[in-house]
Amino acid sequence: MTLTLTVSLYHYLILSAVIFGIGLFGVLSKKNAIAVLICIELMLNAININLVAFNKYMTPGDFVGQLFAIFVITVAAAEVGVGLAIIIAIYRNKLSVNLDDFDWLKW
Amino acid sequence: MVEFALHNAWLVPLLPALSFVIIIFLTKPWPTLSGLVTVGGMLTSCFFASLAAYGVFTNHKYAEEPLVYATRWFTAGELNIDVGIQLDPTSAMMIFMVTLVASLIFIYATGYMKGDPGYSVFFSYLALFGSSMLLLVLSSNLLQMFVAWELVGLCSYLLIGFYTHKISAREAAKKAFVTCRVADFGLLLGILSLQIIFGTLNLTELAEKIHNFDQYTTIGMMTLMAVLVFIGPIGKSGQFPLHVWLPDAMEGPTPVSALIHAATMVVAGVYLVGRMMFLFHEVPSAMELVAITGAFTAMFAAAIAITQREIKRILAYSTVSQLGYMMLALGVGSLTASMFHLWTHAFFKALMFLGAGSVLHALHDRADVWKMGGLIKKMPITGYTFMVGCLAIAGVPPFAGFWSKDEILLAAFDNGNYVLFTMAAITAFMTAFYMWRLFFLAFMGEEKAENHPHESPWNMTVPLIILAFFATVGGLVGTPWAPVWGEWIFYGHPHHVEPNYVIMIGSVVIGLAGIYLAYTLYLADKEKARAHALAKQFSFLHSLSFNKFYIDEIYLWFNHTIVDGSAKLFYLFDIYVVDGILINGLAAFTRLSGEGLRVAQTGRLQNYALVFFLGVLALAVVLAFTDPATAFGLVTGGAK
Repeated sequence: MTLTLTVSLYHYLILSAVIFGIGLFGVLSKKNAIAVLICIELMLNAININLVAFNKYMTPGDFVGQLFAIFVITVAAAEVGVGLAIIIAIYRNKLSVNLDDFDWLKW
Repeated sequence: MVEFALHNAWLVPLLPALSFVIIIFLTKPWPTLSGLVTVGGMLTSCFFASLAAYGVFTNHKYAEEPLVYATRWFTAGELNIDVGIQLDPTSAMMIFMVTLVASLIFIYATGYMKGDPGYSVFFSYLALFGSSMLLLVLSSNLLQMFVAWELVGLCSYLLIGFYTHKISAREAAKKAFVTCRVADFGLLLGILSLQIIFGTLNLTELAEKIHNFDQYTTIGMMTLMAVLVFIGPIGKSGQFPLHVWLPDAMEGPTPVSALIHAATMVVAGVYLVGRMMFLFHEVPSAMELVAITGAFTAMFAAAIAITQREIKRILAYSTVSQLGYMMLALGVGSLTASMFHLWTHAFFKALMFLGAGSVLHALHDRADVWKMGGLIKKMPITGYTFMVGCLAIAGVPPFAGFWSKDEILLAAFDNGNYVLFTMAAITAFMTAFYMWRLFFLAFMGEEKAENHPHESPWNMTVPLIILAFFATVGGLVGTPWAPVWGEWIFYGHPHHVEPNYVIMIGSVVIGLAGIYLAYTLYLADKEKARAHALAKQFSFLHSLSFNKFYIDEIYLWFNHTIVDGSAKLFYLFDIYVVDGILINGLAAFTRLSGEGLRVAQTGRLQNYALVFFLGVLALAVVLAFTDPATAFGLVTGGAK
């Protein structure tokens, strides 16, 4: 039995959609701020898969997709840095990383 | 010198205005000096006015062609407004009369106001008052005249309300100002429409253009303008139904009453109508309105004066009545008769008001004529000069009032309007009656023990004597046999009337009959029993007259119900609709929606993110259904 495995754009897209969905779910449901940050990373990387896959299948000649993915990784690294710094600052104040405690911006 | 005065007549209003400025800025702390400044200013002005009048009345060309000199005041687009002086016999007569009477009143006031804390201010107002009137009289165009007209109104307000501690004085001042204001609105509309239609306000140009008004407008418009212009004089000259302020104006110090009633204020209306004769002459219906208003006012005011008790109030209604005469004369087309009566009236009315002031001065403001009596024994100068005034106003020859009243009666008769003539004749009878009623009650008869009258000081009696002199001989310039007056002051053609002996003798008889009736009722009858009996017998008519035909009450009723009522309505509208619904309602709506919306601010980031996500999802779904191509393009990044 020969396993013919043809990987097409749709597979990548489905994979990316699944990871994005998991990330989104995590962002909306996790109580731990660190976990939310991680889930955001998941969403960003799902996007990266998307970008690279589109690049490979739609415009194979140039590298716009890859380039953009590298940019996203860079921005994501910066974002995590800032995000973690904020969380540490809040933690020093509140001794908690539970998002439910971070509700001062309300009426 | 005469030439100089003729060509510098602007000095006449300027000098009193200067004394106003000097008093306000310099001499206010020194009352005597202030009085001297005012009297001096007016006397100098009187000197120039006499010279100018002499110049005008010795050169007959001014009767045909007035001496006008003007300079441009301002230009705005096609609107050119001049400011200037127009000297003709009418205005020359007026400046002479005004400066003379005003000088005498000012001298009198130096005695009358002695010791008053507001002495300086009072004299500054007097000076401004005189100056405004002189400016009005000399104006060569209507706008300038209107400015002076308003200045006169302002000064009358200041002076009537001079005793600010008296509520009645304040009320009277307000009443005078507001009443005149109502009328001035009509006048202003009239002036504006004249400017719009004829493009000029200069009296001489206007006269020419109005003479051929067919080229500019219709007779209907002319009537409207004439009526609008006439509304101003109705207010200023105290014609019915806007006469109500004039009797109250006696709340001011007596010199002010004399000034208002004789020289500087109320005659302004008559003078304006006289100046605008060229307008009224073209519109017969407006002339009729003037005549009817005048005749009715004359009779109406005389009917009120018969029963009044306060000395100045009687005189005030007599002024209203005499102004009605002047209007009547204008209405029947006789500028000559009207101006003649204005001239004589100024002297005898100033005389009587100053006499009344002298009496009040002596009796410490006891004003009821029934409480006076026998004053002539203690105050001979005041008493006899007052008698001259009474003779003049009653129309006894050869006193001034006889000639002018005769002229008016004759003009009304010649006009062919016998109803107006009869009204004028009845008024003449009533006038003689009420003036002599006043005289007999106050000056003759028994002295009252509680009064301790004394003659006034020289600076009050000398003006009385001079005025009495003019009230005696002032009419001789216009006797029917030597009608000098009509040769100078006329509209259209020189005025020549044949002496009409029937009317002349008739008016004397009417006047004497009035005096005799007053004599029998108030002097011969010691107890005044018949007078009281008559008042009781005709109590309805008596109370009607005593309460001034309830005109004030009607106005009060109108103000209280109509004006205040609608004000209340608007108040409720303001409170409930404007404030309630619009302002508070809007605020409440904003607050409530704010309260509702703030619940959405949970402060939880994940809620926001969820809303964000759902929003994008909803957008995608909507797009997918409405515009699949774009939606597909968005999802696939524009891939084909």
